[in-house]
Amino acid sequence: MKVAITSTGNTLDSKLDQRFGRCIYFLIYDTDTKGMEFIPNPNKDAQEGAGPASVQIVASRNVKKIISGEFGIKIKSLLDSLKIQMIVIKDPEKNVGEIIKMLNQ
Amino acid sequence: MSPRPTRLRKISNPPVISGFKPYGAKDNHFKADVFLQLEEYEAIRLCDYEMLNHQQASEIMNVSRPTLTRIYSKARQKLAEALVSGKQIIIEGGKIYFDSEWYSCKICGSYFNNPEKQKEITECPLCMSKNISTCDDFNYGPEEYIKQK
Repeated sequence: MKVAITSTGNTLDSKLDQRFGRCIYFLIYDTDTKGMEFIPNPNKDAQEGAGPASVQIVASRNVKKIISGEFGIKIKSLLDSLKIQMIVIKDPEKNVGEIIKMLNQ
Repeated sequence: MSPRPTRLRKISNPPVISGFKPYGAKDNHFKADVFLQLEEYEAIRLCDYEMLNHQQASEIMNVSRPTLTRIYSKARQKLAEALVSGKQIIIEGGKIYFDSEWYSCKICGSYFNNPEKQKEITECPLCMSKNISTCDDFNYGPEEYIKQK
């Protein structure tokens, strides 16, 4: 199962990005193969519509869960219909490596 | 004739806290709390935090535009009352339903929703602990709130 994590950088030490649509990188992590992939977000400076465009990017990779700090109002209904689970972590100090460790427990 | 029943208001983002306390009061007289309803919180969030206009906000909350404006003006009146007279704000109650069922994990502190309504969630998707609760916890009635204190 694939999980998308919003990240502020392209290393495992980088912090979780608190925004979903305008995060710097998406980390796609596969819990079965333990493979991971950082995707730079082309919408990070978008004026509007960053959320739905970002949903399209992660949905095209068949993720089942998205971990971020916050989800905008346009995204929630979209993810509901795609049956993607949203996980909100309100801790800007958490880095993506720790989150992956938690997922592997 | 009986009035029409209130239409339920949709809450997309439940508040992260259940109220506000004033501090540094000059006099120690007990003041009654201000009860801000969840729908009023949501109206403030949409109009003043997300900077939407009343038309857009009303569509998100699934009510008519005039209703949204009424909820919003009531919310501002309550906030002003709490601010001016130094009263405690408690966010609770209201004719509402949640956008999707939200849960919180007591171990890792994360919030998550349930995308498949048919299946019940029993464990946290992040840390796999079974110690989760639904986010309706803050939706206490007044009596239960006092009992908690």
